[in-house]
Amino acid sequence: MTEQSHATTGTYLRVAAALVIITILEVGVFYVPTFQAALVPVLLFLSAIKFTLVVMFYMHLKFDNRFFTFLFGGPLLLAMAVIVSLLFIFYGALRLRTGV
Amino acid sequence: MKSWLTTTDHKRIGLLYFWTAFGFFLIGGLEAMIIRAQLIKPDGGLGVSAETFNQLFTMHGTTMVFLALMPLSAAFFNFIIPLQIGARDVAFPRLNAFSYWVFLLGGLFINVSFIAGPLFGADRLSVAPDAGWFGYANLTSRQFSPGPNVDFWLLGLQILGIASLAAGFNFIVTILNMRAPGMRMLRLPPFTWMALVTQFLIITAFPVITVALVLLMFDRFFGTHFFVPQGGGDPILWQHLFWMFGHPEVYILILPAMGIISEVLPTFAKKPLFGYTVVVYSGVVIAFLGWSVWSHHMFSTGLGPIADSVFAGTTMLIAIPTGVKIFNWIGTLWGGQIRFTTAMLFALGFIAMFVIGGLSGVSHASAPSDLQQTDTYYVVAHIHYVLFGGTILGLFAGMYYWWPKMTGRLLSESLGKVHFWLTIIGMNLAFFPMHFSGLLGMPRRIYTYSSGLGVTTFNQVSTIGAFLVGLATLVFFWNLLRTRWQPVTAPSNPWGGSTLEWAIPSPPPVYNFTVIPTVASRMPLWKTERHAPMAALPERPPAPIHVPGGSWWPMITAFGLPILAIGAISRTLPIVFVGVAVVLVGIYRWAFEPFEM
Amino acid sequence: MAYETGTHAAAVAHGHATSLGLDSRKMAFWAFIGSECLLFGSLISTYLVYKGRSLTGPFPHEVLNIPFTSFSTFDLLMSSLAMVLALSAVQRGDMKQGKIWLFVTALLGMVFLGGQFWEFSHFVREGLGLTTNLFGSTFYVLTGTHGAHVTVGVIWLLTLWIQALRGKLGPANAMTVEITGLYWHFVDVVWIVIFTVVYLIQ
Repeated sequence: MTEQSHATTGTYLRVAAALVIITILEVGVFYVPTFQAALVPVLLFLSAIKFTLVVMFYMHLKFDNRFFTFLFGGPLLLAMAVIVSLLFIFYGALRLRTGV
Repeated sequence: MKSWLTTTDHKRIGLLYFWTAFGFFLIGGLEAMIIRAQLIKPDGGLGVSAETFNQLFTMHGTTMVFLALMPLSAAFFNFIIPLQIGARDVAFPRLNAFSYWVFLLGGLFINVSFIAGPLFGADRLSVAPDAGWFGYANLTSRQFSPGPNVDFWLLGLQILGIASLAAGFNFIVTILNMRAPGMRMLRLPPFTWMALVTQFLIITAFPVITVALVLLMFDRFFGTHFFVPQGGGDPILWQHLFWMFGHPEVYILILPAMGIISEVLPTFAKKPLFGYTVVVYSGVVIAFLGWSVWSHHMFSTGLGPIADSVFAGTTMLIAIPTGVKIFNWIGTLWGGQIRFTTAMLFALGFIAMFVIGGLSGVSHASAPSDLQQTDTYYVVAHIHYVLFGGTILGLFAGMYYWWPKMTGRLLSESLGKVHFWLTIIGMNLAFFPMHFSGLLGMPRRIYTYSSGLGVTTFNQVSTIGAFLVGLATLVFFWNLLRTRWQPVTAPSNPWGGSTLEWAIPSPPPVYNFTVIPTVASRMPLWKTERHAPMAALPERPPAPIHVPGGSWWPMITAFGLPILAIGAISRTLPIVFVGVAVVLVGIYRWAFEPFEM
Repeated sequence: MAYETGTHAAAVAHGHATSLGLDSRKMAFWAFIGSECLLFGSLISTYLVYKGRSLTGPFPHEVLNIPFTSFSTFDLLMSSLAMVLALSAVQRGDMKQGKIWLFVTALLGMVFLGGQFWEFSHFVREGLGLTTNLFGSTFYVLTGTHGAHVTVGVIWLLTLWIQALRGKLGPANAMTVEITGLYWHFVDVVWIVIFTVVYLIQ
């Protein structure tokens, strides 16, 4: 196996701990009324961190050839663009037209 | 015979794709002939019923796009790409075979609908799909399409999607990972480059139509309301999902043909491709931008001024890299020593016809003008100039160009010239008048038109043109068939091409290259300023070359899919389980079969 | 010990050079994962576009059970940890650990699936069926597709585990385990998105 460096079992456990903690935070944000206003961006941000941790460390993308990052990242960005554009088309335009 | 069923050799798979796709091309052409015959006169035409007509144009479109054009391109991907990159086969030969069998079975499944009526208690023989090749909701809902027609369509397309996706992964890895030493990315032949870009489009666009078809399937089979307004669903969502696939799909259809043109022009102008790097990058840009334009198919659906403007803008933008390619092709021809072989004629025809199709395309890009053009014959003119005048002429160029390599026989140039001229005259007679009948208000997909509309003469000319094209195609078919009785005498490089496929015998030995060459330039077989032509490869391999044997499992696994589809369409759960079981067992046996590359 | 050479593994191990120096199967699999992003992206888009457009109830806040689903989420996250420990073990040649962690991963996957079944039947009892409203349709199709992926993953893992029990899995074909891991982690990552978008952002 040719990699620059390799995560250790310790790293995997630390990542797992981070995933658990972040999930607890997410649920916390969901339940605590004070955070309701910032719910969406905070949750999106936290889940993005979890996503990145799993992909970088468990799927080893951080240590593998950058080409794999491109192979995954391209379609991932495209998928996100699809979601955002459909949301805008179905909701954004609606708001603009109705002025809501 | 058995060896053809178990083959994993990319060359044989390429030939299988070719003949199967050509067969479907003839079927799609027959559907077109009937359509045009019906439209030769107004007020009822020749008596083809509206329902039959709906089936004809639906199947014509579906067949041509999915069963003819894409697989004909795939025939060349299969045969030519490994040769052009200096490889012995694709990365996953069994997956390659699987793709072919799934294609064949999916195509048969959809077409069996023509005679499946009695099985469904229909009052007619044919229950072929009849809601357009784009299956707009909510015409496709169970309420408005109660019969099995749309089910054949959506299940068949799901099957075909699997074939395309599998091939997509296969060719991406092949092109990136199996190149001969020295074959850097920017030394790849333009056909292989365009094929690579096409595969990325396939693997990103097909999942979207898969989801759309699944949602439609759930509506029709299980009573959901994804596209049913009474349940809160929005038919427009179908259009978005479909065209998010559909627009990249048209680039999937044209880029390989453009790649072929970029091979044929340099060979018969005896000049390198002008601006190779720019041509390659333009292809990449077209693919990117192709993802941003989809709602230009929806200008009449009330998207609102912002969406309309954005999509109009992106659509106009995409004309730029397309135009760049055209100029580079002209630059290739300029000052060259032109040889007017049939392949070259078709390539030149491509440029002219595609420009015309591109111009009508640009007029579609403007939302206001598109509002008059959409759903009229003007669009039919556009799509046929780009898909027939573009893709098909490009594919014919490829056929004349690569037939000697694939079969060891040359196609007749005199028959070829007849084919070309009949085609060019025929297609222009067929499709040019449609610009006018469209602007005069003749809608698409109508089974007859009123004599008062004033488009009768245009339709008559179109029909004559269409029959000329049909005749031309038969001439070509005859040309193909007669080569079967010729001896295998084509030289390695009948045209003096510059790329690696011309360095080996015609047809190539099973192992392709006696020795994998080391590549030093973009045009290995030509003498250029900085490079002498590549040394000839040895006649015999220095040591025995191991070639993997065949396998039954790709074909057997593939059979599970139409079985699944038959179970679904007949609402027979046990058959569905049988289909799943066949797929699972096939995959297991495939995975654990010893298969050495 | 004779390892099943079944596929490309032996060829790559025996030095079939590749142009990018990368394993072809791994490359193909990352391309596949890329296309799956578009698959799930379209399903998530459909869910989001139809959010709040159900003509009748039950509505999300009436049926979604966050504590229960949080447990499912933990379960799947831990299964990813188990998977990566399994791969690590196989790469080291520690097949005893490898077998244990492979099985634990599959087990945690089955727990997740069990949870999904329970959740779905609970929802149905509460009146949320597939065709009840847009929430039901989009929810079941999205999470059902994900669940189907988990099921395939569990079958795949158990197959590997059985191979390991028969002594047919080892460091020489660690790539197979790595690719299994890529699939499994991707399925986990999709769940991370679903948990946030469907359950937490109501």
